[in-house]
Amino acid sequence: MNDPKLQAGTLPVLRFALDRSVLIAFGCIVLMLLGGALYSREFLSPEYLLQQLQISAFLGIIASGAMMVILIGHIDLSIPWTVTLGAMMATAVAGWYGEIGSAIAIPVGVLCGAFVGFLNGLGVAYLRLPSMIFTLGMNAVVQGLMVLHTGGFAPQDHATDAMHFLAVGRPIFGVPNALFIWIIVGGFITYLLTRTAFGRRVYAVGNRETAAYLSGVNTNAVIILCFVLSGAAAAFAGVLLAGYSTKAYQAMGDPYLLPAIAAVVLGGTNILGGRGNYLGTIAGVVLITLLQSILAVMQMPEAGRQIIYGVVILVMLLGYGRGEIDRK
Amino acid sequence: MPDALPILEMKHVSKRYGGIAALNEVDFVAYPGEIHAILGENGAGKSTLIKIAAGVTDPSEGELYVEGKRVDFRNPTEAMAAGVVCVFQELSLLPDLTVADNLSIVAPPMRAGLIDAGAQRERARRLLAEIGCDDIHPLELVRNLPLSRRQMVEIAKALAKRPKLLILDEATSALTAADVERVYTIIRRLRSEGVSILYVSHRMHEIAALADCATVFRNGRRIETFRIGERSMSAIVQMMIGREMTHHYPDKPPANPGAPVALSARNLSWGQQLRDISLDVRKGEIVGLGGLDGQGQRSLLFALFGVLKGVSGSVDVLGKPLRLSGPRSAMRAQLPIALIPEDRKTEGLMLPMNIRDNISLASLSKFQKGLRFDRNSEHTAVEKIIKGLNIKITELAAAVSTLSGGNQQKVVLAKWLMTHPGIILLNDPTRGIDVGTKQEVYRLLRDLADSGVAVLFYSTDYAELIGCCDRVLVMYDGRVTRELAGLELNERNIIETALNVNDKEQAA
Amino acid sequence: MSTFGHRIAHNGGLLGAIALFVVMFTIYTSNHPVGLTAAVAATAANKAVLLALVAMAQTLPVLTRGLDLSVGMVFILANCLASAIVVGTIGEGFLGIVAVLGVGALAGLLNGAIVVWGRLQPIITTLATGAIYYGTALFIRPGPGGDVQSDIADFATGQLFGVFPTSLAILLAVVVFVWLPYRNSVLGRAAYAVGSNEQAAYMSGVPVQRAKLLAYTLAGLLAALGGLMLTFNTYSGEASSPIAGNYTLNSIAAVVIGGTSLFGGWGSAIGSIFGAFVLRTIEDLLFVFNLDPLWQPLFQGIVLLAAVSLGAVRILRIRNRLELFA
Repeated sequence: MNDPKLQAGTLPVLRFALDRSVLIAFGCIVLMLLGGALYSREFLSPEYLLQQLQISAFLGIIASGAMMVILIGHIDLSIPWTVTLGAMMATAVAGWYGEIGSAIAIPVGVLCGAFVGFLNGLGVAYLRLPSMIFTLGMNAVVQGLMVLHTGGFAPQDHATDAMHFLAVGRPIFGVPNALFIWIIVGGFITYLLTRTAFGRRVYAVGNRETAAYLSGVNTNAVIILCFVLSGAAAAFAGVLLAGYSTKAYQAMGDPYLLPAIAAVVLGGTNILGGRGNYLGTIAGVVLITLLQSILAVMQMPEAGRQIIYGVVILVMLLGYGRGEIDRK
Repeated sequence: MPDALPILEMKHVSKRYGGIAALNEVDFVAYPGEIHAILGENGAGKSTLIKIAAGVTDPSEGELYVEGKRVDFRNPTEAMAAGVVCVFQELSLLPDLTVADNLSIVAPPMRAGLIDAGAQRERARRLLAEIGCDDIHPLELVRNLPLSRRQMVEIAKALAKRPKLLILDEATSALTAADVERVYTIIRRLRSEGVSILYVSHRMHEIAALADCATVFRNGRRIETFRIGERSMSAIVQMMIGREMTHHYPDKPPANPGAPVALSARNLSWGQQLRDISLDVRKGEIVGLGGLDGQGQRSLLFALFGVLKGVSGSVDVLGKPLRLSGPRSAMRAQLPIALIPEDRKTEGLMLPMNIRDNISLASLSKFQKGLRFDRNSEHTAVEKIIKGLNIKITELAAAVSTLSGGNQQKVVLAKWLMTHPGIILLNDPTRGIDVGTKQEVYRLLRDLADSGVAVLFYSTDYAELIGCCDRVLVMYDGRVTRELAGLELNERNIIETALNVNDKEQAA
Repeated sequence: MSTFGHRIAHNGGLLGAIALFVVMFTIYTSNHPVGLTAAVAATAANKAVLLALVAMAQTLPVLTRGLDLSVGMVFILANCLASAIVVGTIGEGFLGIVAVLGVGALAGLLNGAIVVWGRLQPIITTLATGAIYYGTALFIRPGPGGDVQSDIADFATGQLFGVFPTSLAILLAVVVFVWLPYRNSVLGRAAYAVGSNEQAAYMSGVPVQRAKLLAYTLAGLLAALGGLMLTFNTYSGEASSPIAGNYTLNSIAAVVIGGTSLFGGWGSAIGSIFGAFVLRTIEDLLFVFNLDPLWQPLFQGIVLLAAVSLGAVRILRIRNRLELFA
């Protein structure tokens, strides 16, 4: 089984594109667009596509972080309330501290998310607790904190102008800012994964932590950093979402957990860690967003959307074949 | 007895892993009422033979017959149903279940469609009494039992299936002397009941005391089957060693007692596995660790590399104390330490990752310059070391899993040589690799030593220890029992010390 | 150690959960303004039994070293389905009950089939099937509403002989007629074996695949029973995603508090029942002590995190650092 992911000497994009699951995912995107075009010409219009990419951006940023954690063979189930946390803290700081608050709102929101990620990382790395359970508990704790935050006293929940601008502004050729931000985040993650020692260590830990440890890799640090990135990315997406809908609200992150994980896994990243690339995640994110959008345009009720959604994920994963998943 | 219908018959059985034949065109017959010893060095094909007989792996070629009927076991359950039961070295017990549950894990006594817990407990009590282990409570959890008791439960579990062919794979290696006697009694009783027993052991005096006949394997082939007594012990040992494929070992330089001590351990102890071990390895010296498998050699290497917690005693590198807190601190010692682990697949390599990523993993920080990861100098360094070690690859980007065992092991070596170690610990590095590569590894170790590296080398292959090492420390039961060097360093002395027998007759 | 001593030692986690519950419940009733009347007990029981059933459901996959993130969704699906088909005469109602339980078992079987034959990870499988089950629930009941056969509902949420809560009796019946037989069946023990060490279980001839299938199927059945009981309590169905998520989360917490190992092979559904009771009593305690209900989610989250962190004691015993990564 020759690993086609890394042919020496070819361009990175090309050699990634040879990955089978990424090809399938991109194929599905094209099929969906064509299928949509049969239904309505609108589906191929630049305006529609740009709008889809703008919506994709939020999911894309969350999925970027989720991917880092999945690559090391763990999972971050605290994403929903970390998204909400980012949004609520950013808007609250802006409301409480006026001018200065507005200026520091975005970094504060992101830092809060990073801190949650840090705690997740500590629990998983040093306490060696199953990430699935520990992050689930963390999600509950953050939820508890946010309920207190919003319920105890009237919170400031309005997004700052900067947040609004970043999320919905289109100053350059009508391309949404959110898309640019996703490109920057994606570029950063790609850089980390392919152009740094850290990226190499991430794959090593995900493949076999024992061997990585025996090779002198500080596996605990790698784990913690991946969770920090996941928390920060989720909170940042929360900040942008608050800007998009002009305010932060309870449970605003809930609809993003399953799509984020699904996008990463559909993009060919092994849920057990160690294999996957960012191009696949992009494909997965766009695929999921398109799927949601097409179902919405076809006026499919929420019930049908959920079902189709689950079925598509299962069918695609089963279609990727056992070789991709089977590893003991 | 050869006129009786054989219980198990194998015809032209071969098994290949990748390109390497673990078993080659083997014909093998086991008769009822006979204790049949299976002999051979590590990697001779014994365990592959057993796995095929017990339905754990399929043969690549050949046929199996049980009591004259052609069989094709798809899993261990089918083998058990046919009466072939194996006591494996890696325990097959379920740690979270009780002894009683484990003993009746298949076909438990039932009442009204449910497992009859009372009858099951009674059954366990009876089975344990049968093997003289009344002291084990049927409701004890297996994970709470010490290793030697677990082994006895494992044997009881096999007996509970009333086997026609019982395979014991190193079944006595973890047992106390009293339990070994009990097992002998049981085996003899089974023989008298017409059961056929395949007995794998490295302990020659066990074979002499117990077996009716023996088959010697070497390099995946059956060399000879004979009745015990027909061949002298030394002839048997000769058959096992077989010298037609003699290795050429690099010449050893004269001892240099003036060289500085690179690695020095004092009074290392760790639970039952390491007891008060002291040793010195000088620069430029290759020191071997010998003895039967599992006498603490692996733990010793792990302890020196900082992987074990709660090790007492001290380790110095060039006279400076070394903190035993993990691989990273060992790699940062005055003389950087490298450990070539035993199990390539789980401890040495990331099989799905490519060759380049595997080789540079231990020295990544060297190439990270600020925000920039210098892929060019990484590439150059990797290419250089691949050439230096003569690793045969199609391309750097191929997954390590595509390489042969020997080349995989070279990748592990390459990874560590890139860190420029001053001390190299090797844990049975030539296991399962081809002769040619072995030769290269020996040459490499000697070259490294000549350049001033200190090498501590554990091997299960005695010939290798004798050929490669300046000195050999033989371990028994967690202690270094003897140091052999010069003319004293020969196979007879190693085996004697390894078996911990002083009586030369018995050891030979 | 004696046979009795071993029995105690094997059930340490369960006994701990029971003790914790007894202490908390005593504090609760002694501070309750009315004290322990039949009505107070029935109300407390009706609420607690719902989570107890879902927690029992969660226990089974966890024992095989799996996880079922769809239990909450199956619970909600059963609730919506029951609000639509457990209606009419008592006879029709019972037919409806059978159908609801059947659908639950089918959902569980689908999970198991994908895990066993599709060889996908349980967590991803149940995350995806959860969406399907939730969608189905939403399809049946796009908005809250529906009805339920009131005679059956009143009976199931009332008291037996005017004292003993019927819901508790139903739970007890599930323990006696489902859990205990399962625990002592070949496939039930196989589930423990698979969770303890799948490789060794396979080598020993344990029916690994059938054990997993049955575990997930029973999980679906029990979760559906929970959803049915929810319908009897509320007389309506609601496809609420937060409720589903909440029950999934709390079911895992209850399993952990009840002494079941998340690494499989160890624990019992009875422990999970008491784990669920403990979680419910925490809510009630907060209520009796007039704690701001806003604190409740945080408090529950912290209890869950603390319970989970108890698992870290394991690392103190590890003497070879490589075992940390196992």
